[in-house]
Formats: sequence, C-alpha cells, structure tokens
Amino acid sequence: MLKEKDKIFTNLFGDEPFHLKNAQARGDWDNTKELIKKGREWIIDEMKKSELRGRGGAGFPTGLKWSFMPKDSKLTNYLVVNADESEPGTCKDRDMIRNEPHKLIEGCLLASFAMNAHTCYIYIRGEYFNEAVVLQKAIDEAYDAGLIGKNAAKSGWDFDIFLHRGAGAYICGEETALLESLEGKKGQPRLKPPFPANKGLYGSPTTVNNVETIAVVPTILRRGGEWFSSFGRPKNTGTKVFCISGHVNNPCNIEEEMSIPLRELVEKHAGGVTGGWDNLKAVIPGGSSVPLIPKSTCDTVLMDFDSLSAVKSGLGTAAVIVMDKSTDLVKAISKLSHFYKHESCGQCTPCREGTGWMWRMMEKIGNGHASSNDIDKLLDVTKQIEGHTICALGDAAAWPIQGLFRHFRDEIEEQLKKTKAA
Amino acid sequence: MAKVKINGSEIEVSDGMTILQACEEAGIEIPRFCYHDRLSIAGNCRMCLVDVEGSPKPVASCAMPINEGMSIHTNTQSVKKAREGVMEFLLINHPLDCPVCDQGGECDLQDQTIAFGPENSRFEENKRAVEEKHMGPLIKTYMTRCIHCTRCIRFADEVAGVNQLGAVNRGENMEITTYLEKTLDSELSANIVDLCPVGALTSKPYQFEARPWELKKTETIDVMDAVGSNIRVDTYGWKVKRVLPVLNEDINEEWISDKTRYACDGLLNQRLDTPYIKKNNKLEQVSWGETFSQLKKLVMDSDPDEIAFLVGDFIDLETSYLIKKLSEDLSIKAVDGRQEGCKVPFNHRSQFLFNSKIKGIDETDCILMIGTNTREEAAIINSRIRKRVISSNIPVALIGKNVDLTYKYNHLGDDINILIDLLNEKNSFYKKLINASKPMIIIGQSVLNRDDSLQIYSLLETFTDKFNLIQEDWNGFNVLQLAAARAGILEMGLIQKNKSVDDLVADAEKGKFKLVFSFGADEISYENFSNCKIVYMGTHGDRGANAADFILPSAAYTEKDAIFINTEGRVQYANKASFPPGEAREDWKIINQFSEVLELKWSFLELYDVRDEMFAKFPHLKEDFNDQNNGLVKIIDNKANEEVEIINKDTRSSQEKKNDTINGNIKSFEENSAKKIFNTAWADLNDRQREYLRKYNYPETWSEFTEHYGFKVVNDIKKKNNVVLLYEDQYANSIGKAWNDLTYNQKKWAYTKRNKNNLIGLADDANFSPDGIVVLNDNQEAYYAQPKEINFKIKNLSFSIEDFYINDSITRHSSTMAECSRARSEVRSSVTEKAS
Repeated sequence: MLKEKDKIFTNLFGDEPFHLKNAQARGDWDNTKELIKKGREWIIDEMKKSELRGRGGAGFPTGLKWSFMPKDSKLTNYLVVNADESEPGTCKDRDMIRNEPHKLIEGCLLASFAMNAHTCYIYIRGEYFNEAVVLQKAIDEAYDAGLIGKNAAKSGWDFDIFLHRGAGAYICGEETALLESLEGKKGQPRLKPPFPANKGLYGSPTTVNNVETIAVVPTILRRGGEWFSSFGRPKNTGTKVFCISGHVNNPCNIEEEMSIPLRELVEKHAGGVTGGWDNLKAVIPGGSSVPLIPKSTCDTVLMDFDSLSAVKSGLGTAAVIVMDKSTDLVKAISKLSHFYKHESCGQCTPCREGTGWMWRMMEKIGNGHASSNDIDKLLDVTKQIEGHTICALGDAAAWPIQGLFRHFRDEIEEQLKKTKAA
Repeated sequence: MAKVKINGSEIEVSDGMTILQACEEAGIEIPRFCYHDRLSIAGNCRMCLVDVEGSPKPVASCAMPINEGMSIHTNTQSVKKAREGVMEFLLINHPLDCPVCDQGGECDLQDQTIAFGPENSRFEENKRAVEEKHMGPLIKTYMTRCIHCTRCIRFADEVAGVNQLGAVNRGENMEITTYLEKTLDSELSANIVDLCPVGALTSKPYQFEARPWELKKTETIDVMDAVGSNIRVDTYGWKVKRVLPVLNEDINEEWISDKTRYACDGLLNQRLDTPYIKKNNKLEQVSWGETFSQLKKLVMDSDPDEIAFLVGDFIDLETSYLIKKLSEDLSIKAVDGRQEGCKVPFNHRSQFLFNSKIKGIDETDCILMIGTNTREEAAIINSRIRKRVISSNIPVALIGKNVDLTYKYNHLGDDINILIDLLNEKNSFYKKLINASKPMIIIGQSVLNRDDSLQIYSLLETFTDKFNLIQEDWNGFNVLQLAAARAGILEMGLIQKNKSVDDLVADAEKGKFKLVFSFGADEISYENFSNCKIVYMGTHGDRGANAADFILPSAAYTEKDAIFINTEGRVQYANKASFPPGEAREDWKIINQFSEVLELKWSFLELYDVRDEMFAKFPHLKEDFNDQNNGLVKIIDNKANEEVEIINKDTRSSQEKKNDTINGNIKSFEENSAKKIFNTAWADLNDRQREYLRKYNYPETWSEFTEHYGFKVVNDIKKKNNVVLLYEDQYANSIGKAWNDLTYNQKKWAYTKRNKNNLIGLADDANFSPDGIVVLNDNQEAYYAQPKEINFKIKNLSFSIEDFYINDSITRHSSTMAECSRARSEVRSSVTEKAS
C-alpha cells in the first residue's frame, strides 16, 4: 500500500484550497527554474527512467513519446493536454483539476519546455464547467505570479497556456479528433499516419497527453525518475489514481501503487463490494472501453497494464466499475453500447453503422427476444468492427460485448431459454 | 522508386504513392467508395482495407503511403472478410430501392455489392430514414441512400471553393446537408452528382428519364464556352438525355460546368425543324428546294457589296471554312463573326489564343487577370486557377470588377490606368509579376470590346517584353475567348479588315445592305437590319429566327460531326450523338447544297472532303487535329510509308498499274501486302480511332473491304480518295461528261453506286426526312430521289427499303426497337405516298 509520503496528489480529496499559495505550500512550483535549467535532455531522460506510461488509456511510454517531437523543426511545436475526460466510470482528471490544478500547470510548463513548445492548449470537457473555472483561475494565478507567460518562472522560457472548452463529445477525447475540434472543425479522428508528432495541431508537431500524465511530471522530476519507477512491477511503474465506482460501499478516487491487487484495492479503499466479496459478479477494470472480468479473475488479478491485458482486458483509465450479483450484465453492457452508438462520430462506416446495430441486438438479448444464433451474429458484427475503423472507438464499442459473452455466454443463453419457455 | 511486394509479386513504384495507387499500378483492383483521385483522402469508407505484413490490423490502402519493402496482401481471407463486413454495414441502412433509383445501373454500391458483398442479409432491425434535403433545381437529394463517403463535401470545399456542404450530427444520425437547406451556390455544383457513388445525389432534370444501359453514349465536345470541355452525350433515340464529363487532363480534368451539363435541355425545345420563308409578314413552312431557289434569286439580284455575313457563336470549323469560301466566291466583304464587338485586328493566331494552354496554369507562378470574371466566363479555367492558388499559393491579381472568384486574389482596381502603373513600376503587384519565372496574363473580352481597345491591346503587348511573358517554352500571353466558335472564326479569318461588327451594324442602319446572312448570330440586335432581307441559319427560335425572312434549320452541336477550336487553339473533334430534327440539316451540308444551287462547282461529297481541303489550306490545324485524335492519321501515314516500300518492288509503270487496277487484274503480291497492311493498320488503332473510321463505315475486315472497294483498293486505308476518283472518272465517262460538270445529285448517285452497300452518306440526308430518300431497284442499284422525281418501279420496294433502313440509318440512330420500327413505318408510308 502506498505510503502517505509517496503520494503525488496530496490534495486529491480537496482538503485544502487549490490556490497558488496553498499549492506552493504543498510543494508545487518549488524551484521550477532549476528543473528547467537542467535542460531538455535531462527532463526527457528522467521521464524515460521513470517508465511512466500514458495515463489516458493506451499506456504508451511518455518519455518515448516526447522524444518523437522534432528538435529543430521550423514549425511551432505544441503541447496539448487532453482534459476531455468522458469515459464512463472515469473521474480522476476532474479531481485533479479541481484540487491540484497547479500540478497540471507546472507539468505543462516542464513538458512544453522539454518538447520545445512555447504554447500549450488544455482541451477541457464542456461539462466540466466548474473545473474549467477553477483551472482558469489557477492559470491566472500562475500568470500573475510570473510562473507562466513571458520568462516563465524566471527560467527564460516564454510559455503560454490556453484553456479551451469542448462541447461535450466523447470522441474529442481521441487525440486527433481533439486536434480537429481545437482547430474549430467537426470533431472527427484523423487518419494516421501522419501522427500528431509530425503533423498535429495546425499541421505542426504536437504531443497530446492526458491530464494525469502531465500532472505527475513535476513530482517525478523533483524526486527523480528512479523514485517513481520503484513502485509497481517493471514496465508498470509508478503511482496511479484509481476511480472505483459501482457496487462498492465507498466509491472513491484513490492514488495507489501500480500493480496493486484488484481485491486489495476494492476492499481497502472502497469499503469492499456490497454484500461482501462473494457477492461480486464482475468488474470492468479500466473504464467502459475494456472487457469485463469475472469474479474468478478478480480474485487474483493485479491492477496494471500487462496483467490485465493477460486476462484479455486492460487497465485503460483505471476506472474500476464493480458489479455485484444483482446486476443484469446484458443490460449493463447494453447501456455502454448505447453510449458508443450515441458517441460514434459517424465518420467511418463500421463504427457508424455497427454501433447502432450492436446496441439494438444487445437490447433484444436483454429483453429475451433472441436466440443463440443472435449472439453468434452479434459477436460476428463486433469482429467486423474491431480493427477496421479509423480510431479506437469502434474497438472500444466491440470489446465490452466480446468480454461479456466470453465469460457469461452460458448463463445468458440459459436465461434466454427460460424467457422463451415462459 | 520503392520496391514493394503485392500478393507475393514484386513491383517497383514511385515514392509517395499510396498502397491503393501501387496496387492499381500492379493491376489489382481495390474497391473504394470515398477515395477519389482528385479529392483529398478521407479514408472513411474502409472499403479499401488490405493486409500489410507486420501490421496487426488491416490498413486503409487509400491513405497509407508505401514504404520500401512493404509486403501487401489483397486476397487473403481477412481482407475478404473485412470487405464483406464493410459492405454489410453500408447496406444495412441503405434502402432497397434500386428499382426506383436513378443511379441504378451505374451505382458503385450495386457493383461492389455484387463483387465484394456478403451473400445474404442478416439485418433484422428497422432501417434509418433521412429527411429530404433541398439543394436547388439541379441536384436531387435522397439522403436515405447516402453512405457518407463525403466526396461531395470535399468537392465543394476543395474544387468548387464553396463551403456550403457539410455533415451534421454524429454517428448513425450523421447527415450530409447544405447548411440551412440552401442551394449549392457554385457553377460546378452538379459534379457532385457524378461523384456520388450511390443515388443520394442525382440529377434533378434527369430524374426518372432513362436507365444508363438504354442510352447511346457519344463522346464529344462542349460548346457552351470556349473551354471545349470533353463531354459524353447520352441519347435516348433522338433526345439528348444528359451530358457528362469525359476525362481530359489538359482541359477539364474530370469536371464540367453546370451550364455545359444542363444546356442540353434546350435541345428539345423551340427547335427549327423545317425551312421557313416570310410571306405577307408571316413565316410559312416551305421545302428546301423552294428556299434555295428563292435565295438564289435574291443573291443573284444583289450586288456583293449589298450582302453581309454574320457568324454566330456555335458555328463549327468546317462551316466557318465554307462560309469563308462562299464569301470569297461571291466576293462578299462584309463578313464578321465577332458579335460582341471585338475591335482588335489580330494578325497572328497567338494574339487571340490562350497561349499557355489551360494546363499551363499548373505551372505558372503569377497570374494577372484583366477585365475578366473567369468564374462566369470559363468556370473550368477558374477552378484550375483555384487549384493552383491553393496548392502553391501563387499571387493572383485582377484588374476589373471585384468579384468572388472562390480564391484569394489581389484586386488592383477597376481602372485601365493601372496597366500603365504596372509598366512604370508604380504598382505594388509589379514586383511579383516581374519576379515570376512563368508569369501569365489573362485578357478578358471586355478589354477588347472597348472603344480604346486597340490602344489597350498594344499596351498589353508591351507587357510581353517587360515581364518576360514569352520564353523558350512558355507563352504567358493569354486571351480568354468566350464563344466556342470564336477561335475557329478567327483562324478562318471571318472578320472585316479594320472594322468591327459595330461598323457593320451602322452600315446596315444606313441602308447599305439588302441581304444579310446570319449563321446562328443571335447576339446582335436585328432592329438595325430592318432594311434588309435576313436569312437565318440556326437551330433555335432565337433572336435571329424572330427577325428572319428565311430560316434554314441546322444541326445543334450534338447533332453533327464537327471540329471546334477552343480558346487554347486546340483542335477537337465533336461526334454526332443525335441527328437534326425534322428537315433540319447539318450546317456544312446546307452551305454545300446552297453552293450547288449557286452553281459554284464545289465538289464536296462528304465532310471528309471539306476537311481535306481545309486542312490543306491550314496545315497547322491538321497537325493539332492529328495530335488530338491520338495520332490517328500519323499511324495511318506510317502504314502508308510501309506501303510505299512494297510498291517499290512493283516494276510496273503507274499507267500499267492503273490499267491493271481498273481491269481488276490484281497481282497476288499486291493483294497480300494490301491485306497485311490493312490488318496491321486496324490492329494498331485504339478504340477511339476505330470508332472514327467506323463513323465513315470504313470496312473492318478484309473481305468487307474488297467487297466494297472492289479491287486493290488497295493498298491504302487512308487514301480512299484515289479510289473515289477512279470511280468518279469511270462514271462521268459512262454518261459522256466530265466529273465537274455533273450536278450534285448525279455526283451523289455516282458515289452511291460506287459504294452500293454503303449508303450512310445518303442516309444522313434521307433518314427520317421525306425530303430525299434512297431506294434500291431490282438490280440492287441505289437511287437518290427527291419527291418530285420519284420514278422507280414499285415492285420490290417495301422489301428494299426495309432492308436499307435496318442496315443503316435506323440502327445507327435508334436506340430501341420501338424507335426503329416507328422510323421504319414512317419512311415506308412516306415513300408509298409519294410514289402513288
């Protein structure tokens, strides 16, 4: 269990105000200038040493990603922070922005400096109105204190942050759709290649990072990459904010060490599953986009990228959705299918046409008007979507359904037979 | 160059290609909906997925650039499955209304469903329906059919330059629409109809008119502006149903303007289909014979100085030539074809042409436009400039009215003095123009019509030196013509020396003229010609027809074989797609027959002959023409050289040879080599060239060939005229006259006799008009008869006529059996009537 002194987000619960002076008291903005003085190479090196993997869901090594940015390009480099947190079950960025905005702002400065960017855009989800107000206030405070702006933190580096509010589309959390939306166009993912590191915002090299990824940067740099990588298992290092929701006694956001066993996480921090661990049916371990895992797997699985993908699920955004035995799993996943149908951007064929079809078939199965053949058909359709789309939304819509039938098909077929007989 | 493996076989392709292009290079078809050569890549239909080794997921081949050593698979099970999956998704919400959909038969979705789709349907839910959008009078929408490929959006944004189309809503609720249901405000709007791979966007005027497989398709040239866009005319029977673009990289690429596309409506209405003469202030229908004889009287009674020729905007090159010839033979000097009043006397063709060619726009790095609104005057050229401006951001400036040209340009003002400022290096645009390596100026007609146009034009000519407009491989001095006929008219010299049309009109007002021939000149105010008899040759009841005392109905541009020269000076061949209505005749024939009436002793039997004479006088046009026709004549000329070699081995004198030929005494080596040449010549032709020869019923097999031409017709595919001459002499001798003394009809008859089974030349005259008919007598000899002169035996008549029509005219002009039989019975009854 993570010790109190090793926590990065010490004010995650909002015990103290977010303001600059409070943040500074917690250690933010402490000698940022010195960190910058150590130079670009050093920062990227530390990030590589920390083995930090992107916290937005895909888990791409952050240091590596930063090193892709062209060093001597004639174009302007940009850092874009993805605060469009819309994945069902996920609410970690919200708390960070609410209570620790200065960690994010300082991280933006350091990351931008490392990537030779003078400008950073924070794209915040439209529904996060209060959070946007807080973040803007924090940005203003930082400007007033000379921590960002011209000669930011007296480091000699000019740096500006712009906060941009989205209009509430889930797809704008996809990095290229986010860039499109930021440019004022319809939020639709772009084709890759070219990747944003070559041709991103306004055609310039751009890195898009999750809020959490950026917010942990200052602490990593202060305490050293090796300190960070000392937590968790190799390649799955560091601390992580988990969002635990669903059928638990005490839903919460909690910062914990990577690779903590799922059972420990739920029982220690969330007060356990309602009705006890044995009442557990399944868990979606990483936000709505990853397949669920049944109780048998939950007993032993560790919460990190590699062990979850070994059980054909994923860490995703580390949003743990717990479902006890009272849950109608088909209806639960059907709700998610509806979400993806509603949020599909409509650009490419399989996702546009397939998400709606899948949802309707899920509803049918949920209502009991289906047979085993329909399940085969549904699974075939998920295969037709998976991997055939421009962005990962198609995959994200297909996987929960695949996960559901992978583990609970027998049970569901039994149920269908009963409904039919009745 | 990069080496890639496609389905195991290695191929070398140039760098920067996409996988889809590389596969096309390798001859492998990749299905696609959203990808289009001329639009940006969207990659959203996902139909073109292929497997690439090393990639965990299939990749969209339209968007993925190739890498050295890439190994691509297009025929694996997973690719097949991916395609089936995408097809299924596209079809689940696509209505099953092919039977009532105008796209049916030329629908990408239909075709690719057959080729790549799943074999059955699994979708049990309700299909989506989309509310009707309204996009104006040209584009019919049926958005339930839309598959969201976004080609139309990309076209509007990128090519047309109007950001009025877009997608609203998300996911399965996504809809393509003009925001606020506005008409698409572009002169190229209807190209989205061609781009739409399904029936979501179809042509409104064409809705429910015909099925594509019922239409006869003819590639030809547009005359609505001077660009000379390549078009395909689709006809159903006589009616022109629609006009579509044909790819020509040098001119219109793949687009045509809306005017080009929809002007064909007018070909059905208000047509002149019979000759008229004004009697008692009222136009009365008359026969061609009467018209010509009265006209002859008028011409004979007038002094040549009292006759004027006005030439219109749609006149083809051959007709221009004949008008010129007629004016020379009759010593008529008041001839003008510049209706809008151009006052500049051009001495050389480069003075009135678009010298850098339309393709040159892709190379230029600075454009100065003077007095032109290219968007209205030549939409295709405008879109080409837009493409150049967008891709390379070249400076463009305009002197003239400040209009929206769909791209950014520098408006220098609306004052001709700016030209002087430019020359004196006072204008801000001077630097850009002088620094350009391939500068271009485009001069609009409005500059040439002014009273001071001569001065302005000579000022502009000084630009040539100042700004280095003419270089070794570059000529940036361009005049933008507005009418399809204009470049041809100027080539033929149908203009008055040092005078403009305005002077001619002024003379007319003074009563100088007694007789005015208007060859389709409709842009002139005829009130000033109230003192003259007006003879109007044209197609429509337009201004000229309203003023006319004589009306000679002629053929519209889709109804004749003709040559047009576009504003670049490009000589292009227009094909006959339909035929003139009623008794209307092709323009060149009218003038040719009139010359016969006037006893001018021209000897044109075919359009061919006119062309030969014209090309002999204007050899540079012939070169252009040959180039345009894919070197047809060149190929044949090469064959002719081979033939010379063979003939060299022949030791006979030419007189001996001729005698042998006439006596049918053919040497076997002669026949063999002729046969060889014949066969290789045909084999070497491309489809278009073969089509060209077929138009003239040129025999396609050796047996046909010898049958038609009797003998050695010898060694020559092209020099057909020599053969004709032999027959001509023979025939003329047989009736004791010289060929030149024969009448038109006698010549025709001779010609027909020469070519018994080939009656096409006559059929054009005869077809559905009862004015002249061809019949075969008992001996299978053809007679050309006019109603008054019918004197054949009625015996085997019906049989012969039927045969003739089935073989020739009707099948050539009819697209359906119904049309065919209607025409046949019409002709039969008219012949019977006249015979009795």
